[in-house]
Amino acid sequence: MNNIKYKKLVDETIPKENRLLNMLIAFISGGTIGLIGTVLYVNLNKSYSSELAISFVLLIFIIAIALLTCMGISDSLFHKLKCGLIIPITGFAHSISASILDYKKEGLINIGSNTFKLAGSVILYGIVSAVIFTLIKVVLNV
Amino acid sequence: MSSFKYDNVYIKDYETIAGPEEKKGNLTYQNTIDDYYFGEERIEDAEIKMQNICLTNITKRNKLNNKIDVIVGGDLLNQISITSYNLVNRNIPFLGMYNACATFNESLLTIANMLDKDLIKNGVAITSSHSLNAERQYRFPVEYGSPKKAYTTVTSTGAACCLLTKEKTDIKIESSTIGTVVDYGIKDASNMGAVMAPSAAHTLHNHLKELKRDLNYYDVIVTGDLGKYGSNLFLKLIEEEYNYIPKNYFDASSIMYKENQKMFQGGSGPVVVPLVLFNKLLKEKSNKKILILATGALHSPLMVNLKKSIPAITHAISIEVTL
Repeated sequence: MNNIKYKKLVDETIPKENRLLNMLIAFISGGTIGLIGTVLYVNLNKSYSSELAISFVLLIFIIAIALLTCMGISDSLFHKLKCGLIIPITGFAHSISASILDYKKEGLINIGSNTFKLAGSVILYGIVSAVIFTLIKVVLNV
Repeated sequence: MSSFKYDNVYIKDYETIAGPEEKKGNLTYQNTIDDYYFGEERIEDAEIKMQNICLTNITKRNKLNNKIDVIVGGDLLNQISITSYNLVNRNIPFLGMYNACATFNESLLTIANMLDKDLIKNGVAITSSHSLNAERQYRFPVEYGSPKKAYTTVTSTGAACCLLTKEKTDIKIESSTIGTVVDYGIKDASNMGAVMAPSAAHTLHNHLKELKRDLNYYDVIVTGDLGKYGSNLFLKLIEEEYNYIPKNYFDASSIMYKENQKMFQGGSGPVVVPLVLFNKLLKEKSNKKILILATGALHSPLMVNLKKSIPAITHAISIEVTL
């Protein structure tokens, strides 16, 4: 059996995931996160300006997920709720806190250099795309 | 020729220790631990401690203090550091082995060859793996909840140690075959079953061909850690390629856990083979001629990142039980 034939056999027999179900789970869990965020925002907006309220909502999410990660609850939550938790800021906070926990025994320098092990690409390509879109905006405005 | 027959190589004693998930599974083990840290501060230390206990128990029970001629073994951690750290100041000659999950068979094979040629009087094979250590080194941070593929396997936790001598016992190492490195171009590091299945088929064929044996010579054929999906692939492969249909076959990693344990396709790691061999096959005593194909994916995260495919190796050991 050659490589091509084997690859075909593997593709044919590999256990497939239910994508529709995964999408539904992500839709519901992501929607719930959005709902919680909105409820928090509406309540915080009563006493703070809207900009400050948004910052507070993000802070609450980051701190909550970081705490859950330290308590060892987050990973099973992420397994169950999939992309609904990974795409919002919760996924970003989780990747950073999980990386820090992994290197906590290796000293401050190693913690520092590995904190953005997973989130680094989000930051880098976030900045790159921000630059590109700002340039487009500037060019179009002129 | 890469196959050897042995006249008087026997397994005298063995010691295994299994992790928390394994404890909840289908088999009962000699020793188990309840938590991944095992009273230590770091998970690496926990794995060293597990190996240490196995080796100490074997040494004490057989009164082997300063009498072990050679210890052969390895683990999954970079530079096989767990085994090296376990053997610090023990004053035992040591050969470090790395063939990923085929390490245990590789160690048995090396010792058996030395014993057969009368180069040594006894030898100890040792191996271990730890779920969290492997997760951290090969995949993601331990606490990171990445969505796992349905066809992935989870590294098993445990350590195993086994003493080989020329003294006659009930368990004889009868023959062995050194595996070849096989690569069928699979690049998905989650799909270890598909990576290793062709190599298991190759070694099985080589073993039977070189020793001029029929498939039915063996009462049972056991593969190491192909997982449920990988073992189906293996059966398909050997039927299509060599027209082998084994009458009694199972995959060690896929019988270790219960359905509700969320171990996906089953366990993996070098410790799977000894855990199942010593805690199931040799306990049951129903199978007299056992062929063990320990499969190992020679997976390096660096090479996978460079978009290279994953090679695999399988070593075969044939064990005869007289009772």
